[in-house]
Amino acid sequence: MTLARFVTKNAFRNKRRSVLTILSIGFSLLLLTFMMTIWRSFYIDEVSAQAAQRLIVRHKVSLVFNLPGFYREKIRAIPGVTHVVNEQWFGGQYKDDKPENFFAQFGTDPQEIMQVYTEYQMPADQLEAWQHDRAGAIVDSELARKHHWKIGDRLNIKGVIFPINLELTIRGIFTAPTPTESIYFNKTYIEEGFPRVKGTEGFFAVLTDSPESVTRVAKAIDEEFRNAPRPTKSESEHAFQLGFVAMLGNVKAFILSICLAVVFAILLVSANTMAMSIRERTREVALLKTLGFTRRSVLALFVGEAVSLALIGGLLGTLVADVLVAGAARQGGFLTGMKVTPPTMLAALVVAALVGVVSGFLPAYHASRVNIVDGLRHIG
Amino acid sequence: MAIPLSYNVRNLRLRKGLTIMTALGIALTVATAVFIMALLAGLNRAFGTTGDPLNVLVLRKGSNSELAAGGIQREAMQVLKELPGVTKNSRGEPLASGEDILVIVLPRKDGTGEVNVTTRFLTPLGIEMRPSVKLIAGRWFTPGQREIVVSKSINQRFARANLGDTVHIGNGDWTVVGIFDSVGTAHESEIWGDINQLATDFERTVYSSVLLRATDPLAAEALKNQANDDQRLELNGMLEPDYYASQTKSGRPIRFVGFIVAVIMAIGSSFAAMNTMYAAVAYRGREIATLRVIGFSRPSIVTSFVLESLLLSLLGALVGIILMLPFNGMTTGTQNQVTFSEAVFSLRMTPGVIGTAIIFAVVMGLLGGIAPAWHAARREILAALRD
Repeated sequence: MTLARFVTKNAFRNKRRSVLTILSIGFSLLLLTFMMTIWRSFYIDEVSAQAAQRLIVRHKVSLVFNLPGFYREKIRAIPGVTHVVNEQWFGGQYKDDKPENFFAQFGTDPQEIMQVYTEYQMPADQLEAWQHDRAGAIVDSELARKHHWKIGDRLNIKGVIFPINLELTIRGIFTAPTPTESIYFNKTYIEEGFPRVKGTEGFFAVLTDSPESVTRVAKAIDEEFRNAPRPTKSESEHAFQLGFVAMLGNVKAFILSICLAVVFAILLVSANTMAMSIRERTREVALLKTLGFTRRSVLALFVGEAVSLALIGGLLGTLVADVLVAGAARQGGFLTGMKVTPPTMLAALVVAALVGVVSGFLPAYHASRVNIVDGLRHIG
Repeated sequence: MAIPLSYNVRNLRLRKGLTIMTALGIALTVATAVFIMALLAGLNRAFGTTGDPLNVLVLRKGSNSELAAGGIQREAMQVLKELPGVTKNSRGEPLASGEDILVIVLPRKDGTGEVNVTTRFLTPLGIEMRPSVKLIAGRWFTPGQREIVVSKSINQRFARANLGDTVHIGNGDWTVVGIFDSVGTAHESEIWGDINQLATDFERTVYSSVLLRATDPLAAEALKNQANDDQRLELNGMLEPDYYASQTKSGRPIRFVGFIVAVIMAIGSSFAAMNTMYAAVAYRGREIATLRVIGFSRPSIVTSFVLESLLLSLLGALVGIILMLPFNGMTTGTQNQVTFSEAVFSLRMTPGVIGTAIIFAVVMGLLGGIAPAWHAARREILAALRD
């Protein structure tokens, strides 16, 4: 009998207990994987090559203040800038204010937007059709799938921030590497209904010639408008997005404390099981030692058992998390674009293995130290 | 005949280690659930208790936020002021306050980034119309000066928000001259300043909202309808409490994540409790058989073990709730999804939160206890005695 078989046989000696333990650990690790996925998508998601080359210029005081439209050409003149496009958050309502009907609407310049967001894919004829229709819009393919939109459909957006309603026609459907939950339309549409926004823009998206230029260009832009009545704040697209996460509150502490609670809870569950199972086997341990097993190998046997239970639970948990997150991501909303990646799964499994080691060690250590005669006399 | 509860208590005490570890597991789950529910309770209190039912808030038509572009013209304000049903104060002025909202960026004290903070610009009349807001340090702003008064929470949570600090808004530096306490309402997330100074600084000619005080509830309803029905003015009137209540939707992300977390942790804990109870039953096979021989019926044995599981989970609930007590009243913030700025609120462990937490633990105890209890009662007496 090999060591591995001995461990597996013992791990499943009390099937019900093993299954319950695995399920308990599995559910906890499902949650841990879920939290780590959120963490990753917020803070460490790899920025796409195109996004790393972009920066966002907004009013220094707050995003709710607009910038003068003429800044666009001034920004364009700064060395390292390839393209600049204006964007205006419309913030209107589609159908109602239910969260599932929420998506971003940006008024922009159809001539240049696709040159700044180079990773968006859209057939050339659709782009042209959009450029020729002042009341046209292009929509994210995922959003179109969710709402069953197709080209030529009408979109009515009720103005909330602006006192106008948009009646748009879908002219194009673009595909982005990760779903954007956005539609774009011609900003002049807002200007026609609400002339006060003429000559002002919400923010500018700037494409630079290389990722290395981003910091330098951001500095140059802010320097350019430092003494203007409307100074700017320029930051990389990633930093800009992190600003929104920061507004949700102390997300980091929230996620961390939940993760800690979960890890501690599985530690308790696992330690509990191992303590129960090892206590029942005090006599067996003594027997093993009489047969010549050393203390270290007895320790290894029990720790191995704890680790394998925790790993099976961990594997189940991460796999289910993968399926659930993928399913939820397709529904849109909060989890849009999130995915459980192999490194996240690996991290969860490492946590599981560590929990196994820690939880198995103490009872196993006690068991390995049992005096043979006492152990044989033990009544479980 | 029922088995006395003291039998279960003694058993739990006999197997201390197991009891403590299982109860701690449940406690962690309960603590997490309490934390999330307390957050939501605090948020609901902030928005649910703001506003006086006699106050009517008027916005531009089509807008549901004070932060909308294209506000209320000064002429419309004159009309609103003269509407019948608007109360007058002791000096004979109609209680109507034209206000403006700006969002400014302040760095958090704990270094977790910069966030938008709502800044409300109003006249002393507007302060008078919100009697629940009390000054606790310094003084109110002087009209015509670049002065602001911050809420207690803003003062605690943000850098550069102490008395004497200056905040750059538009063209100038505004000095913090006072701190107010709004007893947990939505104004706790605000900074207040003088509207006339702002209008000069920013060349803003419109109000983003107008607050009217009605003489009685009937007049409030009438004022709301008058504002809504006037075709020339194009306004949207609503009772002030309704406006703030609509902002409770800011808690949706917390509720969404919180619900998932609580349910998954509860399932995990139920399995752990089940494990413990199965072990308890297994150890006591002979004991249970003896109880049967003495004459205790199967139902009484099932009841006894379910009760033991409930005791275990209630112990967990107690520990979990005690663990969370130090966090009661802690202030935190999230994004207000109507004004896109920081909504400050406190964790509140209300009786409702505690009650729900206990029910939550009881459900875990039942889930974990019923199957093992059933198993215990079903065993053959003779086989069990022979173990």
